[in-house]
This record gives sequence, C-alpha cells and structure tokens, in this order.
Amino acid sequence: MDLIKLKIDGKVVEVPTGTTIYKAAKELGIDIPVLCYMDLKNLNIENKPGGCRICSVEVEGRRNLAPSCSTDVAEGMNVKTNSVRVINARRTVMELILSDHPKDCLTCAKSGNCDLQSMAQKLGIREIPGQEYAEMSTYRLDTSPSIIRDMDKCIMCRRCETMCNDFQTVGALHAVNRGFEAVVAPAFEMNLEYSSCTYCGQCVAVCPTGALTEVDHTNKVIAALNNPNKTVVVQTAPAVRAALGEEFGLEPGTRVTGKMVTALKNLGFDYVFDTDFAADLTIMEEGTELLDRLSKHLNGDKDVKLPILTSCCPSWVNFFEYHFPEMKDIPSTARSPQQMFGSIAKTYFAEKIGIDRKEMVVVSIMPCLAKKYECQRDEFKVDGNPDVDISISTRELAHLIKQANMDLVGMEDSDFDKPMGESTGAGVIFGVTGGVIEAATRTAYELHTGKSLESVDFKQLRGMEGIRSASVDFDGLEIKIGIAHGLGNARKLLEDIKAGKSEYHAIEIMACPGGCIGGGGQPYHHGDASILTARTKAIFDEDEGKVLRKSHENPDIIKLYEEFLDKPMSEKAHHLLHTHYFNKKKKTFEV
Amino acid sequence: MSSVKIELRKDQIEKIHSFCDTFNNAHGELINVLHKTQGEFGYLPAEVQEVIADKIDMPVAKVYGVVTFYSFFTMTPKGQHPISICTGTACYVRGAENVLAEFKKQLDIEVGETSEDGKFSLSCLRCVGACGLAPVVQVGEKTYGRIAPDDVEEILKEYL
Repeated sequence: MDLIKLKIDGKVVEVPTGTTIYKAAKELGIDIPVLCYMDLKNLNIENKPGGCRICSVEVEGRRNLAPSCSTDVAEGMNVKTNSVRVINARRTVMELILSDHPKDCLTCAKSGNCDLQSMAQKLGIREIPGQEYAEMSTYRLDTSPSIIRDMDKCIMCRRCETMCNDFQTVGALHAVNRGFEAVVAPAFEMNLEYSSCTYCGQCVAVCPTGALTEVDHTNKVIAALNNPNKTVVVQTAPAVRAALGEEFGLEPGTRVTGKMVTALKNLGFDYVFDTDFAADLTIMEEGTELLDRLSKHLNGDKDVKLPILTSCCPSWVNFFEYHFPEMKDIPSTARSPQQMFGSIAKTYFAEKIGIDRKEMVVVSIMPCLAKKYECQRDEFKVDGNPDVDISISTRELAHLIKQANMDLVGMEDSDFDKPMGESTGAGVIFGVTGGVIEAATRTAYELHTGKSLESVDFKQLRGMEGIRSASVDFDGLEIKIGIAHGLGNARKLLEDIKAGKSEYHAIEIMACPGGCIGGGGQPYHHGDASILTARTKAIFDEDEGKVLRKSHENPDIIKLYEEFLDKPMSEKAHHLLHTHYFNKKKKTFEV
Repeated sequence: MSSVKIELRKDQIEKIHSFCDTFNNAHGELINVLHKTQGEFGYLPAEVQEVIADKIDMPVAKVYGVVTFYSFFTMTPKGQHPISICTGTACYVRGAENVLAEFKKQLDIEVGETSEDGKFSLSCLRCVGACGLAPVVQVGEKTYGRIAPDDVEEILKEYL
C-alpha cells in the first residue's frame, strides 16, 4: 500500500493513501473536534457527511478550510488543526448551528448527554451574535409508541440516517427539504408510526442532540409505585445489569446486578424479579420447538420449514412483519422473554399471591425501545389488560434512581425475589449476540442426545462479526447455526432463505449492534464501540459465575411446568407463551 | 405533501416502471427517473414516488428526500392554467414583486401552490427573454407584457 507523508501541526506522519486528515491526526495523538462524524469501528459504520464543518482544518495552499473528517490526505500536505483561523471558524460554525437551536437545555431529555452541549462548552461559546434576528426552527413533535422526534433540535448530522439505512436497512428516515427547513424524516413527513420503523432505537442511540429520544414512562412507574391498590412487579433484562453502572460513573463492563436489585427494592417495587427467568422459559419453549421442527424435517415432513428463527427481539419481529411478511411462518412462535414474563406473572404468580391481574402492574426494565411498542401489541393483552404494563429503558431506570437521590455505587447487593427471580447462565447470555442460540444449544443438545454436556461454552457462536456461522455436533447430527446482529445483516440471511440458499437449521437474529447490550435504551456510547465489548464481557462473566448454566436445570422453571404449564408446548404453554405474526407491509399512502 | 389521494391506473404504473427500466433501475439514476416521470404526470404525488421506490428497491423516504431537496420537483399538481411570473432582473426592477403579490392575494395561494378549484397555479421563473415587455407574466402559453398590479384581475377573468 502506498504511504503518504504529510505534516500536521508541525509533526510528520506517514499514512496509507485514502486516509482522512482526521484519522492521520489521530495517529499523531492530535484530536480534532468532530460533531456529525461518527466511527463505530468494529461495526464498520462510519458517518462522515462532512456536514457540520466543526472539524475544519487549515491546509496550506488551499483557499478554504477543509473538513478533516472527509478530506483525504495528499503528499506533502501541511495541515494546521488549531490555528487562530481554524479556531475562529469552528466557533462561527458552532454559533450558526446554535442560532436556530432551542436553548431549553435545562429541561431537555438529552441534557448532560448531549454532544452539541459538550461541543459548545468545549469551544467556549458564551453568546450567539445576531441571535435576536435568528428564526427558531418550528417542526411538529412526532410521538410514536417508542420514540419521540423533536426536529427543532435536529442539526442534520445524519447519523440516524446512516444507522437506519446503512446498518439496519430499514429505510424509515431520510433527510428531507433543504436549508433551514431540512430535517430527517420518514417518507412524506408522516409520523414514525406510519413508516417502516422497527423502533430499534439505534437512531436514538447515536443522535447527538435531543432530536430523537425515547418516550419516557418514568412518571407512570412512580404513579404505580404510589398506588396502594396495585402490586407492582418488576423484571430486569439481562443487558441492563451490564450497563446501568455507566450512568453512575462506573467503568463500562462493571456488573451491578445486586446493587440494581437493592435500588429497585428501595424504590418500592413489591417484587423484584428477573427477565432471565423468562429467558430460561423461552429456551424451554423455543428449544423444544426447534427439536420438534428439526425431527419432523429430518423425517421428511415437507410442511415443516427450516431454518427456525429466534423471536425474542421485538425490533426484529417488526422488521420481518414489515419487510419480509411472506416469511412470517419461519420464526419461532415463542414470545419474547419480556412477554413470557408478563404472561406468567399475571397468571401463575398472581394466583400464587391471590390477586387479580388487574391489581398487578408489571414493569419491565429493558435495554430496548422496541419493547415499549411490543408490550402495547394487542396479542399481549387479556381483556384490554396488558401482560406488561410499562416498559422503561436502562436510561430511564437510572433517572428513577437519581430522582430518588440514591447512590447506586455505594449500595449493598441483594438477591432477586423468588420464584421468578431464579435464573441460569443461559438466561443471562440472552443479552449478547449469539447468546440466545447458545442458550438454546445448551438445552437442545441435552434434550436431544440425553447426554450431559462436558462444556457449556460454545465459543464458536460468540464474537462481534455481523454474520457468523457455526456447526454444533449433536452426537453425530450436525446442526448448522447462523447468527446475525444488525438488521442489515439479518436481511442478508433472509434473502438467502428466500432464494433457497440457506443451509442453516437455526438462526439467531438481534437488531442491535452486539445484541441487547447495544440496545437503543442503553446508556449512550457516544460513538465508542469499545463500550459494547466491555458489556459483552460482563455478560459472559455473569454466566460463568452461575452455578446453573442450562435453562432446563432452573429449579423454578421445572416447578412452573410441574405446577402450572405441564410441559413445553403444552396447550396451556401455547396459549400463554406463544404468539403469531402479521403481514404489516406498509404502503404510505394507504395510511 | 399532496392531500389528494390518487389511484394510479395499471397503464400509468407500467409507464413509471418503463421509465425505471430505461435507467436500469439504478439508484444513481433516481433524479433522471423522477425528471421523466414528472414530465409525464406534471407532478410527483406520493403514490407515484411509492411505485418508483418499489420498482428500484429503494426506501421511499429516500425518494421523498430527493423530491423535496430539488426545487424543480413538485408534489402539487399544476393548475389548469399555470401562471408564471418572471422575477428576472429586468422584470424585478420594473415591479414584478408587486404583480406577484397581487396574484397571491387574488388567488389566495403561495408560490408553488394550486388554487382550491384547481384552475390556477403560481410559479416564478427567471427571464423569458422578453425584457422589453417587463414585467412579464405567462398564463399557459400566452404571454402578457408591461403588467401592473391593477391588470391582474382582468387577466384572471379571461380564464374564469
């Protein structure tokens, strides 16, 4: 590869052809401020529209300043990243961006986590010349079940567009109009609800401002906790414990499971349970379904479709309902752990404690924004009463804890309540890409072969590559497994199935990068993808630390079947734990 | 966006498909496809954009993004009698701005819009090469010269 020699701030550096000035400066340890630019390295996502101009630098011999994020280096270039001209230009650019941006920072949902706010602080912006003549952006607020679009706060960095189109291939958001009217919007500027949006929340995860945020339900939770007539039950998803600590200044990857349980008890929840319990239950149902389909298929039943696809990710469910409705029979009919939990809590557990389902409020803490939509689906309601009443994100839980003025870091550890707090390592790893299928493999292997696994670690299923494939030897029967995270990667596997080219028996799909640990409801990673790796490690550490690591060994799951459900895929289990899918392909003009 | 919902006929859909095929259904040719389609239909309603998006396998949000970015493309059907007011330099200095204001007032529409009865639409253009007649107004194919705001009512009457 050709190397190019150039000078940045007086220092010489050699970089390969095609390197940008921004990256060359990084080699020298020079950090050029960026705003619209985003580089999620291990996901191969780079957003560099060169739109905001904050990263402008001076290149000797060039009349204008150059955006360093999208300008390639050239031989003999002499670059200055912090000359007076550059600093003044950067400040002017920032002042212009801020000129039509609302100044309600104190009450903005993104306050303290806003890249625009930090940049204004960094550049020392104290006033905006000509502000009195500036027109404020006035775009209508768009509220969907999961995501709020407040386009007055959009700075056209187009990071959301990159995630929605390039990474997820959902194509719900695109830049529309021009000049001051320019915003990112669904087709025909309809509300998100009427678009092909899957509510994965990756747009929210990367939005540098308060333009895209989650629908905040913390007030609903507080109201439920203060209602003496309600028994409030909470479930926490596996990925939450691996990230919640970040909101309280702990290093990414610090597990706070026990502290989180204490915090929830202190907040006043009557029962603090674990979604991991329901994940174990999911494995019982989904694993049995896999073996059932597999044996029928191997016995030559042409009506049985393979591969079987996982169905725990609500954004993924939306994706195939909207984009591949013709394949809605392929995913497992097993409900997601969130919904299995709600269903069991409001039947089995409500019976146990002798209350009616209407007297119970089930709250879920999820790393996810699509879960907010999922729990509102009609299929998951009984006489209008939802199995899961309120779903809040990891970030919202952090807000609740902070509002109550509790110090998570200094808290003692507590254990989850029984019976729906008991879980195995298999339930924990649902939070990372490859985890659901690994958990299913642990159980399916033992059920199929009748033998005990020597090692439960299926390392061939782990990793961060977008699409992975592996084979597992089921005592002579080779099971081929595919794994995808990110809906763009899922799309590739689906196209293969459609074309009859897929050789997999089972496929796991999660919509978010790295799985749920990179979910749209997690603490903001601000473009630092190494945080996702740290959370992944935390999940596997938690799994390894568990005595029980196979779902079918969970004593409270065994008891649940004995006392209530009979056996996996029984009629009762079908009724309470399985679902069906719809063709939701949307034509905008039909709305 | 257009508030009128339209139903495309089969032959119209086929026509749009043929435009897409002409440009090999290539994403990079979207502007050309839109250009050709607007030439045929006079405007680009949502339904037409959907057909194009489906055919070339591109999110319709992206098609809409391009349509709204370029001022040449419009989602509003032109009126039966499209009115164009020249706001080129010569016409401008001779009072085109006032003439335009009078048209807006009489028709109660903005530039780029169509009157409720579908009779008139209003647009601006830059120089028709008849600067000696400034300010110039065109209604359909007919050209009017040396127009003052007072003449606007008379001109509109011709088409009622």
